[in-house]
Amino acid sequence: MKDMRIAPAGDRALLIQLEQVISEEVNDRVHGLMKAIEDARIRGVEEMIPSYSSLLVFYDPGQIGYAGLKGEVMGLYSLAAEHTSAPKRLLHIPCCYGSHFGLDMRDMETLTGLSREEIISIHSGTDYRIYMLGFLPGFVYLGGLDERIKAPRLRTPRVAIPRGSVGIGGAQTGVYPLKSPGGWRIIGATPVEFYDPHREEPVLCRAGDVIRFEPVSACDFYDIRQMMLKGQYEIRITEAADGD
Amino acid sequence: MGIKVIYPGPLTTVQDRGRTGYQQFGIPVCGVMDRAAFAAANEILDNDRNAAVLEMTLIGGTFEFTEDHVIALTGADMGPRLDGEEVPMYAPVFARKGGRLALGMAAEGCRCYLGVRGGFDLPPVMGSRSTDLKSATGGFKGRKLEAGDLLPAPSLGFEGFVPKNIALDRPVYKHHANIRVVEGPQEYAFTAKGLETFYDSVYALTDKCDRMGYRLAGAIIETGSGSDIISDGIAFGSVQVPNSGQPIILMADRQTTGGYAKIATVCSADLPLLAQLRPGDTIRFERISVEEAQSLALRGIY
Repeated sequence: MKDMRIAPAGDRALLIQLEQVISEEVNDRVHGLMKAIEDARIRGVEEMIPSYSSLLVFYDPGQIGYAGLKGEVMGLYSLAAEHTSAPKRLLHIPCCYGSHFGLDMRDMETLTGLSREEIISIHSGTDYRIYMLGFLPGFVYLGGLDERIKAPRLRTPRVAIPRGSVGIGGAQTGVYPLKSPGGWRIIGATPVEFYDPHREEPVLCRAGDVIRFEPVSACDFYDIRQMMLKGQYEIRITEAADGD
Repeated sequence: MGIKVIYPGPLTTVQDRGRTGYQQFGIPVCGVMDRAAFAAANEILDNDRNAAVLEMTLIGGTFEFTEDHVIALTGADMGPRLDGEEVPMYAPVFARKGGRLALGMAAEGCRCYLGVRGGFDLPPVMGSRSTDLKSATGGFKGRKLEAGDLLPAPSLGFEGFVPKNIALDRPVYKHHANIRVVEGPQEYAFTAKGLETFYDSVYALTDKCDRMGYRLAGAIIETGSGSDIISDGIAFGSVQVPNSGQPIILMADRQTTGGYAKIATVCSADLPLLAQLRPGDTIRFERISVEEAQSLALRGIY
């Protein structure tokens, strides 16, 4: 059981910690373990929150005790490796860079010393793994931002960043699923709803998916938005290449 | 038809047990702060265990009944009066059409629950009628109640309602509580001295206490090398300690994930007590084993 620690998170949850690093390999193991626990249909397990290198498992102590669940998880840990090779979904996310959506595009040019075209080509030329979701409904924590377009957060966060805004904060990039305060530098926006509480699947992405931003014009943005609102638009989902 | 809000009080929301099953997508659970008082209200009314109720905070509201309803009030006593007459807490109350229920300031405790026979009839969002204030989802239009809101409730009247003969433990709310916790999951981020401080000190609830979390003030808890961790999941009652060394207890509206070390987690059995504390009240944390916490949880209705 090297590299794994199990501890109680109160009387209704248990935290499984793998090696505490941010790496694709460890994150794959988190998702593999989650899948193994789901498949095992352990009595009393209610839901799980996967994160970069940990998995929080909620359970009903009326159905299984801490020691019992810990034992089950340890038994599944060795099997979990088999699940890591599962193919990943690649979500193609239209994004209108700059225009009136990219509130901080000009600052980004100054900060990085790159032209807008270069920033767009670098940002859209990388596939980003979703390590976890959190902070807001449907907010994705993405890994893989190119060093050249890293940028510090705003000194004073904005009170309201529009829904769908695509931004850069330090070494991270992501999408604001709802209007929210925030300090990331905004370079564009997607017409796609990352979160819609009334949709059958309220949240678009799952931890473990891969995202690719595809540049579209402002015209296309509004066309897609219209179709989206009529329920006529579906994003393209393909299979991610190995070793994303 | 149902119950009309004449005066809402400062923070009155529709809640049930919470929106579970979606935390992996970043969707917070929300739900009632005090699950014991919530369970009691539905028990008294012979409701479904997860029927939606109103949660009032510190000051209650005034409501008018558009038809006959059986209601129940639990949690903090806000001096409820129906058409001027005192009505009991923790008992069914028969509210006639046109009647007005008025509540005031909580004498003790912080949160009062108003349940109605059959539960408030609002559309569930992702399986729950709880209000998520931050993303304006669920409950009544995703927001706290305002004057003029009409809350639909089933027209069950008084007919066939037989008060149950149940012995309910009426909690007593004080200004200090011993709160039992299970240590961890990141107790290793703190020094032995830091852990000792945590269990030996008295912490006060600051003004920054809400449905999302309670910021406490007291002795500074020493960490080994800072309290930043790689973000992971959070449970109801997680006690996180940011770099200021002052603990924060994460409550019903907590985010699903966070990046500060969690020194301990409040046991389910003591969460209702915690939910009824107010700014200025004090806490001492007491360590118990996970096995003890689970046997306490099974004795209650949490």
